[in-house]
Amino acid sequence: MEMLMNPSQMTKKYFTPGVMLVSLIALNGLIFLALRLIFGVGAITNLDNQHPWGIWIGIDVAAGVALAAGGFTTAALGHIMHREEYEVVIRPALLTALLGYTFVALSVAIDLGRWYSIWHPLIFWNGNSVLFEVGICVMIYVSVLYIEFLPIVTKKFIGNVRFKGMLAKLNSPVDKLLRMLDRGLDKTMFIFIIAGVVLSCLHQSSLGTLMVIAGPKMHPLWQTPILPLLFLISAICVGFPMVIMESLIASRSFKLKPEMHVLSKLGSYIGPMLGIYLAFKVIDILIREAFVYLMVLSTESVMFSIEIIFGIILPMRLFFSKVVRESPLGIFIASMLVILGVVLNRLNNFIVAYNPPYATTSYFPSIGEISVTLGFVCIEVLMYRLIVKYFPIISIPEKAGVFKTKYSIQGSK
Amino acid sequence: MATQGRRDFLKSLSAIGISTIGVAGITPSITKASPENILSKDRMGVLVDTTVCIGCRKCEWACKNAHDMPSGSIDDYENESVFDNKRRPDYSALTVVNKYQNDKTGSPINVKVQCMHCDQPACVSACIVGAFSKKENGSVVWDESKCIGCRYCMVACPFQIPSFDYHKALEPEIRKCDFCFDRTAEGKLPACIEICPVEAITYGRREDLVQVAQEKIKNYPERYNNHILGETEVGGTSWMYMAGVDFKNLDFPTLGDKSAPGVSESIQHGIFSYFVPPVALYALLGGVMWISKNRDKKEEN
Ligand code: SF4
Ligand code: SF4
Repeated sequence: MEMLMNPSQMTKKYFTPGVMLVSLIALNGLIFLALRLIFGVGAITNLDNQHPWGIWIGIDVAAGVALAAGGFTTAALGHIMHREEYEVVIRPALLTALLGYTFVALSVAIDLGRWYSIWHPLIFWNGNSVLFEVGICVMIYVSVLYIEFLPIVTKKFIGNVRFKGMLAKLNSPVDKLLRMLDRGLDKTMFIFIIAGVVLSCLHQSSLGTLMVIAGPKMHPLWQTPILPLLFLISAICVGFPMVIMESLIASRSFKLKPEMHVLSKLGSYIGPMLGIYLAFKVIDILIREAFVYLMVLSTESVMFSIEIIFGIILPMRLFFSKVVRESPLGIFIASMLVILGVVLNRLNNFIVAYNPPYATTSYFPSIGEISVTLGFVCIEVLMYRLIVKYFPIISIPEKAGVFKTKYSIQGSK
Repeated sequence: MATQGRRDFLKSLSAIGISTIGVAGITPSITKASPENILSKDRMGVLVDTTVCIGCRKCEWACKNAHDMPSGSIDDYENESVFDNKRRPDYSALTVVNKYQNDKTGSPINVKVQCMHCDQPACVSACIVGAFSKKENGSVVWDESKCIGCRYCMVACPFQIPSFDYHKALEPEIRKCDFCFDRTAEGKLPACIEICPVEAITYGRREDLVQVAQEKIKNYPERYNNHILGETEVGGTSWMYMAGVDFKNLDFPTLGDKSAPGVSESIQHGIFSYFVPPVALYALLGGVMWISKNRDKKEEN
């Protein structure tokens, strides 16, 4: 039997006590952000010449990009492999990726000493620089994500353009323009969908190559020439768990029934993916003989073990269990473990593993850095909630008796 | 309709293929746009003989003057208490001298620290906008007009040299020794070389300096450790050091002979070799998409 789903606008009211709290954390972040802009990066961060990169790069950017992988993984599954049953999760994943990448770009910008020069890579190229490649790929990918989202916007306004007063004359031309745009996008969308997947593979892996140049400054448990491969696989691993986590939270917060049939099917891909990831990780430290560092008790060995045990092995075991996959709580916990595991991995790679030769102190994020990071996450949540209220993103079951699914996505025809 | 759609699909797909190959055609110019890394045979270098250095710190003073940084009175530099802590170059001093105990002879060892001006500089390879470049005379210099302050150069440098002015909201600078690029362009000596009263630092063609160092080691084997730091480390550096003890005791990082950016550059260029892998992936995904759609259509019929 086929469940018929239709993406709809959420009608629940925007402000709840929870949303108020989230807004306060967001506001707190914005205050610190203002201080950073007025007094410089050093004023509110614990960064120094020994530790040039902190959590704004390690978490906001590196983990942020990984967690937005739901966008390209669901696009690959739903559009490219054409599994229509997953279409219900594509729109929410697209929106998360869109917001995620937008905030990745913002986080990069505020971390830059000269944030107003962020456009320089467009004209000053350095083909040897991994960061240059990541930067350019992300820039193009963000644009692709916006293009992929555009049809949802045009569809909403076609036939609904109602300017008032003086502007009323514009109504019909704007409507025509929207229709043209919509038709054009409909025909060409698959170009962008494939491009999005290619670009994602490129920069997800290059994000791993970033730290390769740090060479011996990076702890041998993590420093390996296959970092790009590990980053790509882990990004693919975390894509579906993110979608599952969001979907469950959204259904709870909007009082909908969770899409368990789709989610547990998605979940069945995660176990094997984690298995592949684990295999690469283990073979890597065996071949490089880096496992000797696990025999000594150190921050690095503890963090590495937590990452492997709680971020890969445990959730892998959970996802292989049918009972867990079919219980909302079980699959939620398993997904959260994968997500936290990948966040920890990025944190480890960019911060814990980074031990410069002349470090006299170790780095711990300041209140300001944490505030801005949390603030950005909260603003993302608030924007997500706002957008699903005004645009049809989240699918709800059609009334009984409707047989043909109305859900068509661009480029799938 | 279905065939029509399929034909459109194929048409567009090949259009993208062609345009991507067009993009691939630009690759050589990307490489050209990369910062220069000139390795002239006549590039200059400096040989630092730590067995000669007396730790007077006059080079620190001269360096600040040459770079318009507040330097204070030269008499203040006789104060030995700064040696209590090991210092690193930063935005207020591009070079510093540290003092180490010598267990062998009892007399202390002084080590001047500054950018090594690598032959295969990690900073040049890493910089997102190519703000760093290796010049013909051997110096590695930073271009203020390009830098965006991402601090990736600091992550990359194996000697932990570039520093950043964290407390400036606008135009914060990456600072490091520039081998007195402006002075040498006018034919003058680098400021530190000029002032050094005991000739602990020798300026000359790098090739010649390596020979000088080798001879010194041959003639005074009891004075020198048989190791010229910088001769081969990370692919060779313009500044090279000699010492009577193991460099590990002088806080130098232990580095291999492979150039620091070697691995990352080969990964990077492997992924992007003439854009073949991305284009191939694109074609593959396009193929999968087309086949899956066909399969679904057949099932529907
Ligand atoms: S020592 Fe560091 S800053 Fe100096 S040239 Fe080498 S990599 Fe660049
Ligand atoms: S901080 Fe400036 S010089 Fe250093 S890598 Fe970034 S853009 Fe280049």
